[in-house]
Amino acid sequence: MVKVKLVDLHKYFGKVKAVVGLNLTIDDGEFVALLGPSGCGKTTTLLMIAGIYKPTKGYIYFDDVIVNDLPPKDRNIGMVFQSYALYPHMTVFDNIAFPLKLRKEPKQEIRKKVREVAELLQISELLDRKPGQLSGGQQQRVALARALVKEPNLFLMDEPLSNLDAKLRVTMRAELKRLQKQLGITTIYVTHDQVEAMTMADRIAILNKGILQQVGRPEELYDKPANLFVAGFIGSPPMNFVECSLNQKGDDYFLEGEGINLKVNREIGKIIVSSGVSELILGVRPEDLEIGRAPDTQSITGEVYVLEPLGRDVIVNVKVGNNMLKVLAPQGFKASPGEKVALKLKMERMHIFDKRSGKAIV
Amino acid sequence: MDEWYSLRKLKLARIKRFLSAFVLYSILILLTMPIVLMYLMLFLQSISDELIGLIPRRLTLENWYFLANGYIKVPGTAGTYYPNFYLVAFNTFLLAITVGCLEVLLASLAGYAISRYKFKGRSQLLALILILHSFPGITLLIALFYVLNMIGLYDTLIGVLIVKVALDLPLGIWIMKGFFDGVSWDIEMSALVDGCNRLQAWWKVVLPSVRNGLMAVLIFGFLSGWSEFIYVLTFISSQKYWTLSMLVKALTSEEFVYVSPGVTAVAAVLYMIPVVLFFLFAQKYLLRIQIAGKGAL
Repeated sequence: MVKVKLVDLHKYFGKVKAVVGLNLTIDDGEFVALLGPSGCGKTTTLLMIAGIYKPTKGYIYFDDVIVNDLPPKDRNIGMVFQSYALYPHMTVFDNIAFPLKLRKEPKQEIRKKVREVAELLQISELLDRKPGQLSGGQQQRVALARALVKEPNLFLMDEPLSNLDAKLRVTMRAELKRLQKQLGITTIYVTHDQVEAMTMADRIAILNKGILQQVGRPEELYDKPANLFVAGFIGSPPMNFVECSLNQKGDDYFLEGEGINLKVNREIGKIIVSSGVSELILGVRPEDLEIGRAPDTQSITGEVYVLEPLGRDVIVNVKVGNNMLKVLAPQGFKASPGEKVALKLKMERMHIFDKRSGKAIV
Repeated sequence: MDEWYSLRKLKLARIKRFLSAFVLYSILILLTMPIVLMYLMLFLQSISDELIGLIPRRLTLENWYFLANGYIKVPGTAGTYYPNFYLVAFNTFLLAITVGCLEVLLASLAGYAISRYKFKGRSQLLALILILHSFPGITLLIALFYVLNMIGLYDTLIGVLIVKVALDLPLGIWIMKGFFDGVSWDIEMSALVDGCNRLQAWWKVVLPSVRNGLMAVLIFGFLSGWSEFIYVLTFISSQKYWTLSMLVKALTSEEFVYVSPGVTAVAAVLYMIPVVLFFLFAQKYLLRIQIAGKGAL
């Protein structure tokens, strides 16, 4: 098992800066997800760790050894691609045995190891088939087997569940997590699906446009997002954002904006004032807003626009000024479009961001 | 009343279909009849001593007797004016197989490089290759004659080989590049991670994925070399380097002396047979390429 450290990592493709100034440590046995939208640099980072791309600047350490110039075949890593990359002209057995054959291991050993791994992943009956004769889920397990058979120190996965149907994806998420815990291999998992990252990873590193936004445990990213991007990316339905500013009236502080007149407590007010930022964005999650009918200083007034019933809850779209806020209401909530409602929020569940820099203030 | 009407409509539709099929088949038969008759005549000529129209005067295998030692006898003389048939067949086969193999080797290396590496002038090179492919080789005859003469490759099969490969390569490279484009980067990356160096990845993983393309280039190269006539005619003067195309031409034009048409027909049939066999054998591969598309196995 290995500890991976990325120090000041950069990757440029001509003028395109795919990865900029990345610093990240992945501990021995940890499951870290690289999360972000398409083009944010997560796959590029993964390929640099694999040795297929060479970093433009910066260093990659495997257990305190710089591996920048080490070819992929010497890094003892197992990798699963989004497309599985199975060798179409070989049988499943040969596909899995391929890394071992390249290491020139004896035939008996190879056969034993392949059978073991096939049993672990429940694909023992498929060993004689060719990849073209397998379903998506089966192909994925063969790809996993091939990556695991050489008992790697590091496990790299690039969106392995993207090509599966929704139901299988949910099952495989749990399977992969259990497998990783059982084998204890350091794992780096690239995905654009925040649900996958939240449910599977020990820690998540969110990237956007090549820059690391925040790294931490899933709960940390959910409860304390460091900036607007993280706040809006994590959580479904996503966080609501409303522009506002802080006004002081006597000893009380008020957040004022379109349709908003919220009293905030003194500590929060003081923090905002001391930050020196005047243009603010208020962020609050749909599940942290309570929908009611009596407005007070702790609520936002708005008009019901449309209801989206989900079965378990109802998403209520509420028009506040020129903004559309989504509120999660309990099952059975009813209202007609145009009805005036008051949205109550809890002080602790409120997030304030600097409009210009996007950074979180509270 | 409605029933009778729709039944009539059905009958009319059937008659229409029959008529259109009839017309189509008639046209097809008219167009293909000459060629079919030609081949029929060729076969019949080879097994008869004299052909009156399409009817053999007498069925005989005497035209085939020269295969005993390969020397075509000229009636009324004792000399051998024509080179040994087996030598000529061997030359043809040698030329065809080396053209095919050399083309596969060069086209796969070049196709891979062009498909994978981005270098300056890549798109211009690709356009140039396409233009070269449509270039009529015949216009180069005189220039090539001078060049081959200068480097001393005139009157050698190697000279013909080089010219043939050079003029066929554009198509071969284009085909192979297409096939390599269909091999995703993931497979190569996977091979590198699994423990291959770049060359091993190419040999063990990439090449097998383009097997259909390799076969296609080999087949086209072989057939191109086998049927080559103009360059052999222009660049070969010694009889010992003749290929079957030259032999058949000499026999038909009665270059030296009269030879019975039956024997000529036999030579032509023998020239044709390997191509037919090749097609029957290779058809599976060629069809697979057509239907399954590049890269699919």
